[in-house]
Amino acid sequence: MSIEKICGYLLALVAAPLLLGVINRTKAFFAGRRGQPLFQAYHDIFKLLRKGAVYSTTVTAVFRAGPPASLAAVLLALLFVPFGPVPAVFSFQGDFLLVAYLLGVMRFCTVNAAMDTGSSFEGMGASREVQFAALAEPALLLGMAVIVRTTGNLSLSGALQSFASCLTTGSAPVTILLLAAWMIVFLAENSRIPFDDPNTHLELTMIHEVMVLDHGGPDFALIQWGAALKMWVLGALVVNLLVPSVAGGEIAGAGIFLGGMLALAAAAGTVESTMARFRLLRVPQLLVAAGSFSILALILVLR
Amino acid sequence: MHGMTENIMAVLLVVNLALMASSRLAGCIGLVALQGIAIGLLPLFAPGGFSARGFLLAAFVAVLKGIVFPRLLHNAIRGASVRREVEPFVGYGFSLIIGVALTILSFWLGTGLLPSSHGNERIVLAGAIATVFTGLFLIVSRRKALTQVLGYLVMENGIAAFGLAVVSEIPLLIELGILLDAFVAIFVMAIIIYHISREFDHIDADQLSTLKG
Repeated sequence: MSIEKICGYLLALVAAPLLLGVINRTKAFFAGRRGQPLFQAYHDIFKLLRKGAVYSTTVTAVFRAGPPASLAAVLLALLFVPFGPVPAVFSFQGDFLLVAYLLGVMRFCTVNAAMDTGSSFEGMGASREVQFAALAEPALLLGMAVIVRTTGNLSLSGALQSFASCLTTGSAPVTILLLAAWMIVFLAENSRIPFDDPNTHLELTMIHEVMVLDHGGPDFALIQWGAALKMWVLGALVVNLLVPSVAGGEIAGAGIFLGGMLALAAAAGTVESTMARFRLLRVPQLLVAAGSFSILALILVLR
Repeated sequence: MHGMTENIMAVLLVVNLALMASSRLAGCIGLVALQGIAIGLLPLFAPGGFSARGFLLAAFVAVLKGIVFPRLLHNAIRGASVRREVEPFVGYGFSLIIGVALTILSFWLGTGLLPSSHGNERIVLAGAIATVFTGLFLIVSRRKALTQVLGYLVMENGIAAFGLAVVSEIPLLIELGILLDAFVAIFVMAIIIYHISREFDHIDADQLSTLKG
């Protein structure tokens, strides 16, 4: 275990909330406002950490364990995600399945905590979250299958890093299909527009925010940081597809990767500013479309 | 040059899936126009290389399928004042899944047709066959006369893609003749849509089957 890997991991931990700041600044730019400071997410998290938590009398230990457990799951998942050319801290053959299911564990903990409050409102959000996640997972995993098939490498670090070099000239469609599929998964899993608007608390359409309404103080800080880390994990998958291993060494490559992450956040902000949120009925359709993009890419590489 | 043909076929496949899932008629027309222009680009990247014949064909196909047909159809929906395909026989999500299944089927068929072909030709064949299937499926699964015309157009696109990408030896006159046929067909269909909508206040082809003679 080398020092670069640890540095990459720590940098990812620290830089993840910055993505939220970039998204919000991009949205403010499109709206013609100055917007909140770039580091507002950090201020929010520290503010919440200093507060005390309030618990309803109906909740059990499941509710209290929810935020730390889901944060722990995403922290573990991040251990297997490479930081550009810097390999992940741990990697073994087949670890992409573990990453996908660690994200599933994170969702399970959040959903359980939401159900534990006994509020029908939160149960509704939990139901939506699980429904959409079930449709987004095939797109993610089939996309991984494409990468594994192309590179012949079963570990996330190895497969993602050699993906760009394994592509031949005729396989531009594969990359484009995969990018489209994972971009949809990225937006859906992180509850961004066009799937969910993180800024509104409108009960008809909320998905993620409704599940965490009853959390306060340090719990909510953990949830926010965990959400930022989840965004980092899924974003890193997308960006690693695009960023080839450059010749400039690990430092330059890591810099390019970091720039790519910020550009991805800016792209997400642009999508949020230029698109309206879909009606809830249309969301599964778009996720099925993401899945079919992945299947199409898989067909293209399988021949 | 061969890579380009592959990319165009991937565009066709994605447009097919998008057509399966979209309900807005104007959006569908735009998608079919995009498909037509993509097919128009095919002769430019034909295996034989760039030629005056290829350029002429590309220009004709792109202008007819990318500009003339969409304008005719846009006029037709403006005359009929419909915007959406509501209540198709098969829902949009399920159509999308069927679209994927048809794509897989056409890859399998493409392999069967040319067993000795290498990778590039397989996606070309499969893209063309999948486009024909998509057109057929649109014709049988949608109610509005306009979507059925679009299905016909998509099917024609698939056949044209097959001809342009796989068989490069078709004489120019025959290609142009087929295009002219398609043009007349679309022209007549657009007029018929207008007349159906004026006579019955809708363009729901399914209701026409209950008419008494």
